[in-house]
Amino acid sequence: METLIIIVAGILVTVAVYLLLSKNVIRVILGTAVLTHAVHLLIMAMGGFKGDSVPIVSQKETSFVDALPQALILTSIVISFAVTAFFLVLAYQTYKYTKTDDLSEMRGVDHE
Amino acid sequence: MKINDLILRSVTKLIVFIILTLAIYLFFSGHNAPGGGFIGGLVLASAIVLLLLTYDIETFKYSIPFDFKIVAAIGSLIVLLTGMGAVLFGKPFLTQSFATINIPFIGLREISTVTFFELGVALAVVGVVITIILSISEDV
Amino acid sequence: MLTLNMAIFLPFLASLLIPFIYRRHFKIHIGWFVLIVPVILFITLITYLPQIKQGDSFTETLNWIPTFNINLTSYIDGLSLIFGLLITGIGALVVFYSIFYLDFSENLGHFYTYLLLFMGSMLGVVFSDHMMILYAFWELTSISSFLLIAFWYQRKGSRYGAKKSLLITVFGGLGMLIGFLMLYQITGTFSIRETFELIIPLKEHILFTPALILILLGAFTKSAQFPFHIWLPDAMEAPTPVSAYLHSATMVKAGIYIVARFTPIFGGDAVWFYAVSITGLITLFWGAFSAIRETDLKALLAYSTISQLGLVMSLFGVSSLSLHPTITINEVLYTQAAFAALFHLVNHSTFKGALFMVVGILDFKIGTRDIRRLGGLMLFMPISFSIALIGSFSMAGLPPFNGFLSKEMFFQAMLSVNEFDFFSLNTIGVLFPIIAWIASVFTFIYSMIIVFKTFLGKPKEKKLSQAKEASFGMLLAPSILAIFIFLIFIFPNVLADNILKPAVFNIYPNLENNYFEPIKAWHGFNTELFMTMGVVVIGTVIFAFYRRWNIVYKLFPKFLSFDALYNNSLIFFDRLAKNTTSKYMTGYLRHYFQYVFITFTLLVGFTLFKLNAFSFSLTGDEPIGIFEWILAITIIIAGISMIITSSRLTAIVINGYIGFTIALFFVLFRAPDLALTQVVIETVTTALFLLALYFLPRWEEKRAPVRERRQNFIIAASVGLVFTLVALSVKSGRLFTSISSFFEDSDEKAGAANIVNTILGDFRAFDTMLEVIVLFIAGIGVFTLIKANKKRGAHNLEDK
Repeated sequence: METLIIIVAGILVTVAVYLLLSKNVIRVILGTAVLTHAVHLLIMAMGGFKGDSVPIVSQKETSFVDALPQALILTSIVISFAVTAFFLVLAYQTYKYTKTDDLSEMRGVDHE
Repeated sequence: MKINDLILRSVTKLIVFIILTLAIYLFFSGHNAPGGGFIGGLVLASAIVLLLLTYDIETFKYSIPFDFKIVAAIGSLIVLLTGMGAVLFGKPFLTQSFATINIPFIGLREISTVTFFELGVALAVVGVVITIILSISEDV
Repeated sequence: MLTLNMAIFLPFLASLLIPFIYRRHFKIHIGWFVLIVPVILFITLITYLPQIKQGDSFTETLNWIPTFNINLTSYIDGLSLIFGLLITGIGALVVFYSIFYLDFSENLGHFYTYLLLFMGSMLGVVFSDHMMILYAFWELTSISSFLLIAFWYQRKGSRYGAKKSLLITVFGGLGMLIGFLMLYQITGTFSIRETFELIIPLKEHILFTPALILILLGAFTKSAQFPFHIWLPDAMEAPTPVSAYLHSATMVKAGIYIVARFTPIFGGDAVWFYAVSITGLITLFWGAFSAIRETDLKALLAYSTISQLGLVMSLFGVSSLSLHPTITINEVLYTQAAFAALFHLVNHSTFKGALFMVVGILDFKIGTRDIRRLGGLMLFMPISFSIALIGSFSMAGLPPFNGFLSKEMFFQAMLSVNEFDFFSLNTIGVLFPIIAWIASVFTFIYSMIIVFKTFLGKPKEKKLSQAKEASFGMLLAPSILAIFIFLIFIFPNVLADNILKPAVFNIYPNLENNYFEPIKAWHGFNTELFMTMGVVVIGTVIFAFYRRWNIVYKLFPKFLSFDALYNNSLIFFDRLAKNTTSKYMTGYLRHYFQYVFITFTLLVGFTLFKLNAFSFSLTGDEPIGIFEWILAITIIIAGISMIITSSRLTAIVINGYIGFTIALFFVLFRAPDLALTQVVIETVTTALFLLALYFLPRWEEKRAPVRERRQNFIIAASVGLVFTLVALSVKSGRLFTSISSFFEDSDEKAGAANIVNTILGDFRAFDTMLEVIVLFIAGIGVFTLIKANKKRGAHNLEDK
């Protein structure tokens, strides 16, 4: 299963990079979101899927799924939400002033 | 154009309380079962988001008159202060501790400083999520 | 009583307090509060005097970064005591003077904060034993000097001068830092005192000479030695108290302190001797020569400071000869030079401080310091005139003032150079006294210019005859210095025995007997005296033909000066940086992403290939169930259709779909917390995207050109490929066992059954705390992005 998940993550990375390279602001932001998903899958795959039970200690279970990747991902999910929200607001605020969502048109004037 | 959202409104009234209960349950169960500060806070926030989607901002602000920036700030402050609490007892910053106490009518329960920490996390999450959503909505 | 470390930090503490006590409408001048600091420090340092005189020294260590062996070791001995006394003594006088010089309309809070910052860091320089700490304080003096020069930042000249001084001194400081690191390589210690002992057998080390040169670079830039002197005249844009304090009495002497401090380490080396003495002599000559050309009194004083610093520097160069292995240390000849150097150092601080303050008074009272507009002030400002006279005559080396004594000793040292028969000195050595003598003639001339062109003759402008003598408070500080000039001449040995001699013993740790002759004003008709007489005669002649002499300077074309070199190289680097940067900083996000991804692919891919690191095996994989297959395939399809779709709504919905599928994956991975969080977050995120859509336009049908899309696809595919290969290799060849088992005891360790939450809330609570703060910052960021822009209005996006 690890191999499958890694391949899925790899394809998501390809999608994310392709989106990041495009000119549309929303596509770029979607790219970052997809990249986050890919990384979450990668971290899970790296931790491996061994163990019998969810990582909650109880009397009858003895082996658990690796809890550390889960803690890492939990942190990452919340942070990526905050970052995505910030990006979105940045994007539409920029749009308000520049009247374009095309990144190649947004390029500023050369400053001295 | 007036949208006919009677069903949505009626259902929301009911569901919000269910979600809120779930949020509180998740928050407290985080110690020994799935849940915790983040999830509790997020579910709470999603209940409020639902309210926002159903009713307009004025109604919302009237019924929940909090400044959510301050809620977020208080949450962050609690997180920091629980860390400082450990320092007062000569322990490293953010050391958590727990004890099992017998509470009348409830029985033996574990009481932990993590709960306060998680409370801070939850408040910060609620505050931030609602601040973001509210700011965007008000910009319309 | 104040300990030494506290003494260094007292000014810093005081400077922290200033913003709290300073109010613009305060009735009492804040300088009075500041004055307390140098006075206390001066008294504290004086109490060390009796023991230092015995040859004692004091060390005090405060652990700062013990892991890296960086400790605040303060060290006080005779040498640092001289500088300490100068810093605090002149400091007290300057602060007192500034109380009258700067009135309430100036931003006094800034001024005194910077001044105290400087005082503290300067004390840090002279009292530090650890080279890294010394370096840190060294750069702090540069920074505070920068701030003080730019005190009147509205003026273009101030900004130019501040930048120039910062660039040059920090450049030299960086050189010195590398020099220190090289010394550390050689000896393995950062302690200056330990280096004294350790360096002796290591002088042949390959880094010895580079370290020497780099450390000298720092010293020369700071002490405005030729050709780095160009920053000092421009630094005169600072308020006059600052010029008197930093740019004549203390900071520019930090370089001299370094030379003196490192003489026991490098002394006796030919490179050291030549570098220090020749640079010193050239500076002495060039400074004096250039000073005469100046018409601005402060610029003139600046060049004279450069020249005098060169004098002291050359003396230290000569004095290093006595550490040559063939010289027995107790030969008076060259150690006397160090003594003369320190003596002149103190004398210079007194007379130059007094002169600067007088010039400040002129500037303050009359509003100009241009000698072409001044003249005939003697009658109107008699006290200022007397002080200027005393200061100038002392600077010119005339009796009965202290400058005479040290100047005679300077001649004596220079004359003795060619008695030394190493480094082919018995031939070149003849040049030393000749250059010294010529420079002294110029020194005499500019000293005379200061007095006679300003105070004698006829008043050139009407307002000069209405000039009034400055207030008592303003005159007090320079008067005290003038009195010292005279007192030192009469009782030179009080100063010599108590302060100077212990310092000489610190420069020559092995010096034994107390051989010093007492300083005498009259020592018969010897060569030195005749040299002084010659200076006076020739100097007077040239001064008389002052106007004709000025033609000489026309011979030097402007574009060949070092100033022009500095300006042009600055412009050159500016352009170079701009051109190079604009080549790759195109302003297109796409390009930046391309750099990142192409570098990543090439670097990681090449490493993977080169190390033959790719490995793949399916052993240890968990079996894949039907659910996983379905989810994986739908995610892949979703991902591809996300690229293809031309509707933004579809793209967002697909993103949501991927998110929820991953939540399902989390369920399959037995991660209930993650699944819950992911579901909620994905809901809120999708809501956010949809909200944002309200503001953003529809996607136009205009698509990128095929070539560009193909390019994008190749990059994306190669990144994905490298990513997958690396991940597979890591999975297949595990090098470490997981550390997660530690957390599985969460119930015993933290009293909680949910391991994930225990990691977040307890084991790694610090991470969570920072995460909350990041979240908070993002929330505030969103809020301000929306609200702040609303208030300010949309039109000023580009502030041009």
